[in-house]
Amino acid sequence: MLALDVVLSRGPFTLSAKAAIGPGVTGICGPSGAGKSTLLSLIAGLLKPQRGSLHFGNDCLVDVDRGRFVPPWQRHFGLVFQDGQLFPHLSVRDNLLYGWKQLAPDARRFTLDQVAALLEIDGLLARRPLQLSGGERQRVALGRALLYSPRLLLLDEPLSSLDERLKQQILPFLKRIKTETGVPMIYVSHSRAEVDYLADRVLTVDAGRLSE
Amino acid sequence: MTLTPDEWQALLLSAKVASCATLICLPAGIALAWLLVRREFPGKLLVDALVQLPMVLPPVVPGYLLLLLLGTQGPVGGWLQAQFGIVLAFTWKGAVLASAVMAFPLMVQPVRLAFRMIDRRLEHAASTLGATPWRVFLSVTLPLALPGIIAGAMLCFSRSLGEFGATMAFVGNIPGETRTLPLAIYSYTHLPDGEAAALRLTLLSIALAFAALIASHLITHRTERLLGQLEPRGRDAGA
Repeated sequence: MLALDVVLSRGPFTLSAKAAIGPGVTGICGPSGAGKSTLLSLIAGLLKPQRGSLHFGNDCLVDVDRGRFVPPWQRHFGLVFQDGQLFPHLSVRDNLLYGWKQLAPDARRFTLDQVAALLEIDGLLARRPLQLSGGERQRVALGRALLYSPRLLLLDEPLSSLDERLKQQILPFLKRIKTETGVPMIYVSHSRAEVDYLADRVLTVDAGRLSE
Repeated sequence: MTLTPDEWQALLLSAKVASCATLICLPAGIALAWLLVRREFPGKLLVDALVQLPMVLPPVVPGYLLLLLLGTQGPVGGWLQAQFGIVLAFTWKGAVLASAVMAFPLMVQPVRLAFRMIDRRLEHAASTLGATPWRVFLSVTLPLALPGIIAGAMLCFSRSLGEFGATMAFVGNIPGETRTLPLAIYSYTHLPDGEAAALRLTLLSIALAFAALIASHLITHRTERLLGQLEPRGRDAGA
């Protein structure tokens, strides 16, 4: 599904990753500073590698030798950040629909009602992000990425800003997304327990190297 | 307090000139502030200094330079007149330009600060949700910078209302054409029995500037509250 073979250097840090990632949920584990978030940014298109290539199915997203780079807004991957990154000037409803509105109507796989019910955020739609608790915020961020009907959902430590009790409340929602939507996911976390709970396979990043 | 027709004329002209100057500075200021915050380009430092220059120069200097450049005998002014029939020197349009040049730094600074405060990751989030860079700018960057943009526009407007030196040097002091409030006050102080009129217009100027500053403060405050920038971040209670 996703084939990557990339090298990215930023100052003294070098990330080199070569892997073929299949459908289902792929967990990526590793200590902080190992390059996990950098790897996700590369896949999302927020960073350009210096060397290598990235393919999604038959779709070539990056090929440095051929000068090809597909920008993030054309990749159709969803990315959920650590702290949600909800738009503070928009209501929860408008946050949820932000990516959905960019899609052609026949490309929309889910409706607002479906996603709001799945993540139990139906009651929050009129609120502003600052009126949400941390757990609510992350569920809205998940919903926003999901409503964009991504071909691949990238999750960058989506639970790390939450306490243990909240994590236990959100993990089942992630499992639900996996079983009920079938959207392939790459789940990055430094917590092996979270990854084991969700993932079908686990890769490890350590000191900028990705391995199985 | 009643105003004479001449005083009304000065007041309305001031309002017209300041509004037009603000409308010119607004898009230009937003574009330049964005470039200065988000892009690296050769000569950036020079552009930055050049924009700030009118703030630290005696206002008569930029005014005189405008006259040299854009006067009907000047290289640009002569061309404008020959090609398009546009005359700026000694017209109200020239007064707009003089005000705009002088007020521009006051527009750029708050907008620039506002752009700098925006979390880039919000823009990244928008781009991973399928938004093109232009759409990201319109739907995320610009609304989040709105308090700074409003503050800049208000400062720009107030500064334009008070413009004196550059206007005087570039477009002179022509009643009904370029005699704005400050110039009218100046003229009245030179008339034997102009003191009452000068005082009326002085009080009016103070009231206008005061109102603009208060309005700017209120609107900025309101917008910030709407954007949630005044409340503490990271409230993590319950799911």
